[in-house]
Amino acid sequence: MKEKWDINRMIGLVLVSIALLLVVVGIFYTPYDPNAMSASLKNKAPSMAHWFGTDYMGRDILSRVMDGAGTTFFVGICTVCIGAVFGSIIGAVTGYFGGILDEIIMRFNDCVASFPSILLALVLVSLIGPGKYNIILALGILFIPSFARVMRSEFIKQKEMDYVKNARLMGASHARIMFLHILPNTRTILLSTITIGFNNAVLAEAGMSYLSLGVQPPDASLGRMLSEAQGYLLNAPWFAIFPGLMIVITVLGFSLLNERRGQHE
Amino acid sequence: MKRSKSILLFLLLSLTIALSGCGGDTKGNKGDNKESGNGTPIEDDTTAESNKTPVYGGSVIVGIQNDLDSLDPHKAKSAGTREVLFNMFEGLVKPDKDGNLVPAVAKDVIISKDGKTLSFPLRENVKFHNGAFVTVDDVIYSIKRCAGLLETSDPEVKVERALSCITSVEEYKTEDGKLGVQIKLNEANNDVVGYLTCAIIPKGYDQMSTKPVGTGPFKFVSYTPLQNLVMEKNPDYYVEGLPYLDQVTFKVSANTDSAMMALLAGNIDVYPYLTAEQANQLKDTYNIKKGAMNLVQGLYLNNAVEPFNNKLVRQAMCYAIDRQMILDMVADGNGTIVGTPIFPQFKKYYAAELADQYAYNVQKAKDLLSEAGYPNGFSFTITVPSNYQFHVDTAQVIVELLKQVGIDTKIQLVEWETWVNDVYAGRNYQSTIVGLDANMTPSNVCFRYVSTDPKNFINYSNPKYDEIYAKAIVEIDDNKKIEYYKQLQQLLSEDAASVYIQDAANIVALNKKLAGYEFYPLYVQDMSLVHYVE
Repeated sequence: MKEKWDINRMIGLVLVSIALLLVVVGIFYTPYDPNAMSASLKNKAPSMAHWFGTDYMGRDILSRVMDGAGTTFFVGICTVCIGAVFGSIIGAVTGYFGGILDEIIMRFNDCVASFPSILLALVLVSLIGPGKYNIILALGILFIPSFARVMRSEFIKQKEMDYVKNARLMGASHARIMFLHILPNTRTILLSTITIGFNNAVLAEAGMSYLSLGVQPPDASLGRMLSEAQGYLLNAPWFAIFPGLMIVITVLGFSLLNERRGQHE
Repeated sequence: MKRSKSILLFLLLSLTIALSGCGGDTKGNKGDNKESGNGTPIEDDTTAESNKTPVYGGSVIVGIQNDLDSLDPHKAKSAGTREVLFNMFEGLVKPDKDGNLVPAVAKDVIISKDGKTLSFPLRENVKFHNGAFVTVDDVIYSIKRCAGLLETSDPEVKVERALSCITSVEEYKTEDGKLGVQIKLNEANNDVVGYLTCAIIPKGYDQMSTKPVGTGPFKFVSYTPLQNLVMEKNPDYYVEGLPYLDQVTFKVSANTDSAMMALLAGNIDVYPYLTAEQANQLKDTYNIKKGAMNLVQGLYLNNAVEPFNNKLVRQAMCYAIDRQMILDMVADGNGTIVGTPIFPQFKKYYAAELADQYAYNVQKAKDLLSEAGYPNGFSFTITVPSNYQFHVDTAQVIVELLKQVGIDTKIQLVEWETWVNDVYAGRNYQSTIVGLDANMTPSNVCFRYVSTDPKNFINYSNPKYDEIYAKAIVEIDDNKKIEYYKQLQQLLSEDAASVYIQDAANIVALNKKLAGYEFYPLYVQDMSLVHYVE
C-alpha cells in the first residue's frame, strides 16, 4: 500500500502547490491589473500575451484567476478559522462536561446542521447583506456545528483515557486538561476536519459568489468569474474553464493530501 | 484509494456542471415596472423582406422574460406585462410605430380651444372579444376605472395619477348624431390624451383576471402561470386585413440561458432584448434586428446626500465618465449616447445637442473636484439591481473610469425588490444605475425632477425647474411646449442632475420566415403586423 500513498500524496502535493503558488504570487504580482478593461481585447482566446485569454470586458483571465483565487482562499481560511475555533471550544466544553448543557447545545447544533448549509447561508446573507466579509461571517457560523460535533465525540473518547485521569489526580484544572492535554491529542481529527472544511468553504464561496451574493463586482473570485462566464460558454469557453479548473485543482489537491494523512496515521 | 477516486469523479463532474453553466440570473435590459422600454430602429439589417408577399395564418412563439403579473390591463404593473397585453387591449387611442397617437376605439380626437374639453366620437363597428359591441357606457366605465373615479373601486387597479385632472366623463352626441365620449379637465393639459391608451373593457365585467376580454387584434385563449399565454386572431378586428397570424404564444423563459437554448434549437420565433454577444451567436440562423430600448440608462445620483449634493461634484462625474467606452464595453458599440432623461424617440422634444455637453475630459473632472474640495477624490457606492447584468457591467466600467480621477467606487448588488424599496421608494442610496422609460408624453419623463414629486427619487430640487414644468404642463401651443421642455432639459444638464449615459440598443432575433416586426417607441411587442412571407 505504501507506494499508492505516495502517488496520492504526490498528486495532491503538486496540485496544492500549483494553487498556492498562483495565489501567493498573485498577492504580489499579476501579469496585468485584474480589473483593467480594454474594448479591443474582448473575448480573446489564450495567447502568449494572455495565457488564459481575456474575458468579456477585455480583462486578463490569468490575472483575475490569481486575484480571485486569493479572495476565495481568504474567504475559505477565515471561514474555517471561525468554524474551527468556536466549534472546538463548543465541542470541548460539551464533550468534556456532558450533562444538561451538552444536551441543549447539541440539540441546537442538530437544528442548525439539519438545514442545507447553502440555504442557511442564503438566509443569513439576505439578513446581513451580501459582500465578502458578510459571506465569511455567514459561512463561518454555519461551519461551527460540524466542528463542534467532531470535537465533542473526540473529547468524550479522550476524557476516559488514563492520561486524563492521571492529570486530574495531579490536580490539573479542567481548562488545562481540555486545552493542553486533550486538544493536542485530537490534532489528527482536527486537521482533517479543517482540510475538508476548507474545501467545503471554497466550494461554498464559489457557490455564493456564483449567485452574486458573495464577492461583489468588479472584484474577482472564482465563483463570481464562473457566474460571469456562463453567458460565454460557447464562444469564449476559456473564460469558464480556467476559474473552474482552479477550483478543481484546489479542492482535489487538498482532498488527496488529506487522504494520505488520514491513512498514514 | 477508493474514496479519492470517487472524489476525483465528483470533482470532474462538478467541473462539467460548472462548465455547462447551471442556470442563473444574468440578464441585461429586460423590462420591469416603469424602468424599461423597447423601440424604434436606429439601424436595420433585414434585407429584402418588403418585396416578399405576406401570407395569412400560421402561429409564432414569442419569448418573454418575466411572467405576467396580471391579465387585467388596469392592474398590470410591469412593463413586461404591458408589452404582451398590448395585443389584446386598446384604448380610445393607441400608439403607432412612429410614436404618434392614433384613434383606436375612438374615431377621432377633438380638443377644445381652451384645452379643457376632450371629445372622442366612437367607432361604430368595434366589438369586444365576447361578441358585444363597445358602448359609450363601457368606455366611460373603463376610463373612470383607470382614473380612480368609480364609486366602488378595486384596490388592485393601478390608478393613473396623470388622469387625476379629469373632472367628468360623459356621453355626448356629435353634430351628425353619432355617439361619443366627452372628457372635462380641471385645467388645460393635452398630455392627458397620451394616457387615454388605457384599455377599454366591458362595463362591470368581473372575470378580467382569468378570462380577459378586450378589443385588440388578438383574443385570449389560455394562460398557464410561469409558462405561457396563448392568444388567437380576433376575426372581428376593425382594421381590415389585420392581424396576419392565427395564433401567438408568449412563452416565459426562466432565464436568458434557457431562452438561448430554445433559440438555438429553433423553438422560439421572436425574442427581444438579446445581448450583442447572443446576437452574434444567432446571426446565421435568425434575422437580427436592432432598435432602441427607449429608456435612458443613467448613473442616477442622490442629489440630497454627500458628496452629490455639490453640483461641481456631479459635473465632475459627468466629465469623468466616458460614455462611448461604456457603449463599447457593454454593448459592442450599439446604443445612443444621450445627455438628458428624454430619449431620442421623443424626436421634437429631445435635445440632442446636450449629449455633448459633458464630453469625456479627465482634466476638467479633476479641476472640478479640486474646486469642490475633493482634490484627492472620495469614495462612494453604486447600488445596482443584480438581475440586470447590463447595468452591473456598466457599473464595472464606471468603477474603472472613475479610478482615473481618484474616485474610489464600490458596487453593491441588490435584489430587484430591495432596489424598489430602498432606492426607488426609500431614497436611501448614494447612486444607482438603472434605465428609466416613459410613455409617449414628455411630462412622463420630466415629472420626476419636480422637487415635490413623490417619484423624485434622485432628490433633484430647483425652483426654476418647478416653475417651468408647471408652465409646460398646461401649455397647449406645441412650439411653446417644446421650448419649455428643452429649457427643462437644459436645466437638468447644467445642474448635472445625474449622469445620463445611453438609450440602449434593443436587439431582436426573428425567425427568417417572418417579417413585419416593428419597433415601437415604447415598450410593446406588436404581433398584429408580424406575418410569414413566401
